[in-house]
Amino acid sequence: MVLILRNMTKSNLIYLGIAALLLFLPMIITGSTKFMITQIFVFAIFAMSYDLLLGYTGIISFGHAMFFGIGAYSTAIFMDHFDSSLIALFIAILVAVLFAALVSFIVGMLTLRLKTHFYAMLTLAFAGLFLVAAEKMRWLTRGNDGFTIKAPEILRDSTTIYIISLISLVLIFFGLRRLTNSPFGRVLVAIRENEHRTESLGYNVLHYKVLVTVISGVVASLAGVLYILSLRFVNTGVFGTDLTIDVLLMTIIGGVGTLVGPIIGAALIELAHDWISGLANVHWIFERWLILYGIVYILMVIFFPLGIVGTIREKFSGRKKSKNNAKQKAS
Amino acid sequence: MSSLLKLSQVEAHIGQFHILHDISFEVPKGEVTVLLGRNGAGKTTTLRTIMGLNPVYRGSITYNGEQITNLKPHLIANKGIGYVPEDQGVFEDLTVGENLRVAMKREDESTTERLEWILELFPDLKKFWKKPSGQLSGGQKQMLAIARAYVNENDLLLIDEPSKGLAPIVVEKVMETILQMKEKTTIVLVEQNFMMASKIGDQFYIIDDGQTVHNGLMGELREDKALMKKYLGVS
Repeated sequence: MVLILRNMTKSNLIYLGIAALLLFLPMIITGSTKFMITQIFVFAIFAMSYDLLLGYTGIISFGHAMFFGIGAYSTAIFMDHFDSSLIALFIAILVAVLFAALVSFIVGMLTLRLKTHFYAMLTLAFAGLFLVAAEKMRWLTRGNDGFTIKAPEILRDSTTIYIISLISLVLIFFGLRRLTNSPFGRVLVAIRENEHRTESLGYNVLHYKVLVTVISGVVASLAGVLYILSLRFVNTGVFGTDLTIDVLLMTIIGGVGTLVGPIIGAALIELAHDWISGLANVHWIFERWLILYGIVYILMVIFFPLGIVGTIREKFSGRKKSKNNAKQKAS
Repeated sequence: MSSLLKLSQVEAHIGQFHILHDISFEVPKGEVTVLLGRNGAGKTTTLRTIMGLNPVYRGSITYNGEQITNLKPHLIANKGIGYVPEDQGVFEDLTVGENLRVAMKREDESTTERLEWILELFPDLKKFWKKPSGQLSGGQKQMLAIARAYVNENDLLLIDEPSKGLAPIVVEKVMETILQMKEKTTIVLVEQNFMMASKIGDQFYIIDDGQTVHNGLMGELREDKALMKKYLGVS
């Protein structure tokens, strides 16, 4: 254990430290705050999955909620139709992951050999298809009314769900970090920057792009699974465009291509969501939170195109550079 | 001497424009073949077509006796053809080291040896190893682009205008490097700078309006002022 910690980078130790602090947070917070932080963990996972696509590979998806919805509905349907045992949950997760992988593979293979905007349009179409299907197949999904599920006994406590979501977030964060810092991750960045150039270095760009959409889809479906376990209710809203817009905002506000950024973005958007909903009786505009998000999005793109983490990193590296220049001049 | 690369009556389009009408040439093993011609003659398109980045409409391209016409770019690259594009094409968000690592298909003794050799030639790349390549100067980016193509054991390098937009002192350095690489690899060079081309090249092909119109040994071209004036605008 000591050896593992010694081999860790400074930033990894900081992240682990924050995670350790968050682990003990349920001891001092109330139930509603605990629920909100759990939601932040869930959406942070979802936003990281989107960052892998947009931030690292430059692929824009307008229907990413579809994978989240697949995870949520697979779990909910299994829990509803079978017993609410851990085995049923395990099978539900497996089905969610496999189904999300299959759908992302098909969408990727159909469109990724073309320009990126075809992928964006097809994901939008597919997400719409899933939404309509979920609304029409009422016998299975109960449409927009939705239904509540019974979680396995062990997962009914909110603290347990909080801890499971936190652990999942930490594991997925470090897993994706490892992936993006690996040779595979470097190829993804190369693809984002110049597809033709990457191809003429000998990389089959399509394989990489399809693989990354599958990984991203699977991670998003896991977020959907956790969402349903924390909320214990599902309706067709999980396939909605609003959710994709939310995750896009989380990624852009936090900082694309950073992984940490989407976590911060998820926290900000979820907190803002909660705060703005509370102001609904002050003025009608607060009910239309999408308008406010639109304004925030425009301001972010104009003034902080790199997002929060990206801007901080740039400032930090700028300061470091000027310090180095000063040192060089002094010597 | 056997030819490593052969283009026969190659035609290619970019969108609706018919750019290459009839490109035919052979690249002998171990030599530097220079493609000359005025701006817009089709030199860059020829290199991109060899790499599979533009589809061949008619004609054929063989490499080492094997058909590579209309193969996908990554398959062509994996046959041992390295490409240094006109715009350098470095990955600006990746560091110098990461750019080179992405280019290395495997990290074994041979590639490590080649990497060390190229870093000795371009010490700036070693100095700025951890610097994002977007922060490099134009000359350093060109060095990185050449190093990236050379780091693998490619039998053929396609280099597009390596002197473009560079200061004379950097051009000298790039030229020296290509001269040293010439001893180990076959090169197809597109170059506007005639002085550089004539020092490096063994044989030449002139491309005019998408067709190969003349070829010969580089030494002969230097003597043929009329030909140089006609096709290259050099007197």
